[in-house]
Amino acid sequence: MLGKTANGLYWMYRYIERAGSLARLIETGQRISLTRTDTGSNEWHSVLESAGALHGFMSQHEEVTQEAALDWLLRSTENSSSVLCCLSAARHNARIVRTALTPDVWEAINGFYIDIKKRLARKVSDRDLPALLDMLHQKTALVAGATNSTMLRNDLYDFTQLGTFVERGDNTARILDVKYYVLLPSVVSVGSSIDNVQWETILRSLSAHGGFRMQHGNTFTAREITDFLVLDRRMPRSLAFCAAKLCERLEFLSAEYSTFPKSLGLVREITDYYSRHSIDEVFEAGLHEHLQWIIGFFAQLSRQIEIDFRFYE
Amino acid sequence: MTDSRIFDEMLGRKDVLRPPYKRFNQWFENEDPKQLRAKQREAEALFRLTGITFNVYGRAEAEERLIPFDLIPRIITAREWEKLSRGIEQRVRAINAFLYDIYHRQEIIRAGRIPEEMISRNAAFLPQMLGVEPAGGIYTHILGIDLVRTDSNQFYVLEDNARTPSGVSYMLENRETMLQMFPELFLQNRVRSISAYPSDLHRSLAACAPKATSGNPTVAVMTPGIYNSAYYEHAFLADQMGVELVESQDLRIVDGRVAMRTTQGYKPIDVLYRRVDDEYLDPLNFNPESSLGVPGMMDVYRAGGITIANAPGTGIADDKAIYSYMDDIVEFYTGEQPLLKNVPTWRCAEPDALAYVLDNLTELVVKEVHGSGGYGMLIGPAASKKELEQFTRKLKARPSNYIAQPTLALSTVPIFTQRGLAPRHVDLRPFVLVSPQGVKITPGGLTRVALKKGSLVVNSSQGGGTKDTWVLED
Repeated sequence: MLGKTANGLYWMYRYIERAGSLARLIETGQRISLTRTDTGSNEWHSVLESAGALHGFMSQHEEVTQEAALDWLLRSTENSSSVLCCLSAARHNARIVRTALTPDVWEAINGFYIDIKKRLARKVSDRDLPALLDMLHQKTALVAGATNSTMLRNDLYDFTQLGTFVERGDNTARILDVKYYVLLPSVVSVGSSIDNVQWETILRSLSAHGGFRMQHGNTFTAREITDFLVLDRRMPRSLAFCAAKLCERLEFLSAEYSTFPKSLGLVREITDYYSRHSIDEVFEAGLHEHLQWIIGFFAQLSRQIEIDFRFYE
Repeated sequence: MTDSRIFDEMLGRKDVLRPPYKRFNQWFENEDPKQLRAKQREAEALFRLTGITFNVYGRAEAEERLIPFDLIPRIITAREWEKLSRGIEQRVRAINAFLYDIYHRQEIIRAGRIPEEMISRNAAFLPQMLGVEPAGGIYTHILGIDLVRTDSNQFYVLEDNARTPSGVSYMLENRETMLQMFPELFLQNRVRSISAYPSDLHRSLAACAPKATSGNPTVAVMTPGIYNSAYYEHAFLADQMGVELVESQDLRIVDGRVAMRTTQGYKPIDVLYRRVDDEYLDPLNFNPESSLGVPGMMDVYRAGGITIANAPGTGIADDKAIYSYMDDIVEFYTGEQPLLKNVPTWRCAEPDALAYVLDNLTELVVKEVHGSGGYGMLIGPAASKKELEQFTRKLKARPSNYIAQPTLALSTVPIFTQRGLAPRHVDLRPFVLVSPQGVKITPGGLTRVALKKGSLVVNSSQGGGTKDTWVLED
């Protein structure tokens, strides 16, 4: 397998994961702005921030309006992380690694791109937004489904998963970090309910709403929500889950290549940390500090993967 | 209505259905044109989704275009094919023998059959190849011979594409599309399968592994990159053969071998099916300006460390000036009369020929010796006064840059239009594989069709389309 191919697969799946994550963030923002009665705070500000797009947005705009934020996140070509840019980058990478993809996966991503390009050719109206977001959910799921049901479980597959979970872990950490203050037990007394809108935002942004209720019932405490999103290995977007997946794929690669890549050593530091610490200890060390550390860690891991598997010359 | 001056492959010259089209016609007459039009759109969506596109040079990614696909197949009988393939095989063997000779003793020049300067002054001739022994003695592993038809029994070779012929992916995908859209047609007609092409290609490349190979030969396809007009085809062929698709950035010389950068380090390549031109193979040995290519690859090649397919320097065999000597070449190396005809060709470098060409410009097709893709070409009967004057000037200024040929009455095959069937001119590019084990010709090939009424230009870069090509079993 070529280093270039590993690189292309890794980034193709990072971009698809990023587009899916954006769709969830936008959907949450839309929902909150529709259901919220007080008009004091602007949900789109925090959506842009969670998407890591606030800085770029503010360099081009005076104030945050729903219309401008939506356009920036969905179809701006100046925002390299807009849905449109993510998909065109994903598809560009897919073309480079075309020979590594099954026809099902290729057609899923190519069809996705063709559709989205058409639908984002013009501004998206409020009325069309739900259908567009639906389509984004379905098509990202289609790519993931095609990948899981048709791709051989060899090193090619490992790189698709590394891209997916590095991106997912990074997204989860960022979404949590933007709202970390509402999750701090010190803000409200331990065990009490936090602001309904705030927890709803966080859980919905991570598709964790139903899952949380299933595990914890209808009592939403900061401690339990944080535990669920950071440490719960049953939750497919939690930090511990992403770290475990990364560890698993790197172990496969290590076995297949009969080497011990440095990136595996790195990721084991995290999985070890998560298996030895409780959420209370995370709080004690500082949630924000922990999230910052883990965001830095994903960046470092990504660089190490590039080096270990010769993505570039 | 057919035009009796032109042979139509479905209706002949007299509007009488020819036998190979009988079954197809029965089917067609029972189809609802509206539904067929819907199928046509479906085919296009399918091509778009599969990504069977070609890039237009110098344009952004947004400009990936589809080659129009016409759903009426072009049908060739078993007997016609048998005859054609014998002619093709003869020609291909002669081309390989010619290349070996040109890069060794040059007997054909000594015998006075080809003037020395035709070779030595030809840009396609690579002195770096003199004395090189390619593995298995094969120079052109992959060829696409362009044929045109003028009558029920008359085919001509228009061009021998011996460098890096393209289009084979369209041949394969056109068939896939037809199988998906009209499976019943393949139950009613016995059409010879073409699906073995990718495995045949892999086998014939592997059979030419260099002496440095240990174990199973590692084959790779080399592409200039994602923006190349034929990138889709490069990826398609690599995928179908199950080999890596590499670019020059993936390659370097390691321990005297050309090696590709894998996730586990550099791994040597034994056979490289390159889809880049000679001059971009190796900046040390050819074009020093090139950012493409692998410095030192030619040295590895000469030392038997890699097989490059097709071999560098094969362009000398499909050059348009050399083309006019093909009858001599076939005769010289096979000792037989050529089975396939060449189109009579005037070499404008010769004063008598030039005079004739200038006098008869309105009836001739004039081509640049090194041109391709239907560019830089004059079609006399269709040219304006201004174009004729322009070419007269060009011909006088640089006669050796041109050849001229009579305008052939190319056969037509119907295409499916808004108003039903309409005859359009076609050509045919069968694909040929050569290995030490023999010559293999995939039954059929790529039929290109001029979509505009009366047009003779079938090139996809100029609005031509393609058809599925059937060779019937008996």
